Amino acid sequence: MRHARLELWSRGTSFAHRRHPAAKIVVTLAFLVSIATLQPAHWPLGLLYFAMLSVLTWAARLPVLRVQMAASVVLPFATVFAIFSFFAGAPEKGLAIMARSWLSAFTTVLLMSTTSQPDLLAGLEVLHAPRFLVQVMQFLYRYLLVLLEEASAMRAAASSRAGKLGSREFRRAAAAAGVLFARSWGRANSIHQAMTARGFDGAIPRFRVLRPNLADAWYVLGLALPVIAARVALR
Amino acid sequence: MSRIVEVRGLCYAWEDGTEALRGIDFNLDAGQTVALLGPNGSGKTTFALHLNGLLQPSAGSVLIDGVAVRGKHLAAIRRKVGLVFQDSDNQLFMPTVLEDVAFAPLSAGLSPEQATDKAIAALRQVGMESKSGKAPWHLSSGEKKRVAIAGILASDPLLLVLDEPTTFLDPPGQRSLATLLAGLPQAKILITHDMPFARSLAAEAVFFQEGSITARGSLEQIVTQFDW
Repeated sequence: MRHARLELWSRGTSFAHRRHPAAKIVVTLAFLVSIATLQPAHWPLGLLYFAMLSVLTWAARLPVLRVQMAASVVLPFATVFAIFSFFAGAPEKGLAIMARSWLSAFTTVLLMSTTSQPDLLAGLEVLHAPRFLVQVMQFLYRYLLVLLEEASAMRAAASSRAGKLGSREFRRAAAAAGVLFARSWGRANSIHQAMTARGFDGAIPRFRVLRPNLADAWYVLGLALPVIAARVALR
Repeated sequence: MSRIVEVRGLCYAWEDGTEALRGIDFNLDAGQTVALLGPNGSGKTTFALHLNGLLQPSAGSVLIDGVAVRGKHLAAIRRKVGLVFQDSDNQLFMPTVLEDVAFAPLSAGLSPEQATDKAIAALRQVGMESKSGKAPWHLSSGEKKRVAIAGILASDPLLLVLDEPTTFLDPPGQRSLATLLAGLPQAKILITHDMPFARSLAAEAVFFQEGSITARGSLEQIVTQFDW
């Protein structure tokens, strides 16, 4: 499963893995903002960002091609919007949409492949992201896994009886989605009950205290500044 | 011997009016272990959820260590009563084993350092110290059960309530769990259909039927009486 692969990658020990999560989030934001504002004429800068991200992935001792493939998950969605641009007579805008989407996904996958989920949330807290938002993200991640587990169990149950839950059999798929929701709701309730039994009162207590060091500052300066400077220079 | 659990006339009805518990009387003293037996749907788990205040009685009272299980006492009660749920996957909700086990001490107001010490001690107690950095969903069923128990032990509870603890465990895992539990000094309530497991830990049993306790006695006596 994709989430398991990302989690496995995030357990590395490279220079990038060891950086403070807040530093990595800042660098990621610099990339994302710069990429999101790229125009079709800025394609050389897009290539530069692609090269930087690829080198970073390689330096983090991650499989570059597989990380790039993982980022391709956004392409089907981006393609839909790109098609509209093609039909509207602006094919270069369509290509730019796809390139920006894929580069943004590459940046995000790289962050998730070098930062464990708990560290990522801790980093967001350091950056003063609203605590409630961070907790919602934590639960979303946990419950997403619950949903995946339930979906996987249902698919196995259907397959074992030679059934199918394909997208063409819409009514059966819709019914299965309803059952999936009900089962997931039941599981989520059980999880909430288990949390309450252990003292959960609506807020998850802080566990990690991560302190940034000089290397983290250099990481931010060495990456975020050039990325933003290049973007501003091309304005 | 001090009384850990004192339940008097406990009644509970679900929202649709179905009576789940009908006038339960039950006591348990420190260090005692008792097995709750009975058919599915007879009210065993519903009863257990009252011990931790997850359900509130429609009538009757539940006292833990002499304190009523309600209102402002709930946080303290939940530290004294450790519930181990049937499906460990539902119980382990934090990203790593260590964080999960440290959850209750942190919720009780301990500092991260103190909570970590408690969590590591609890993990050591169940032989899972080496897995502290792992994600709970990467553990085997037996390991998850041990971590779930560690999560409870980290609060220094007086009472352990285990709901079908041997579910999903293979025979060696079941034996290993029985050995682990036998070494814990806390009073224990075991909800189980696994009679070899019950025999290895409890000399005494109560039998639930349709929301009532119909018998209490030695485990063998109950097994014989109900052909269980």
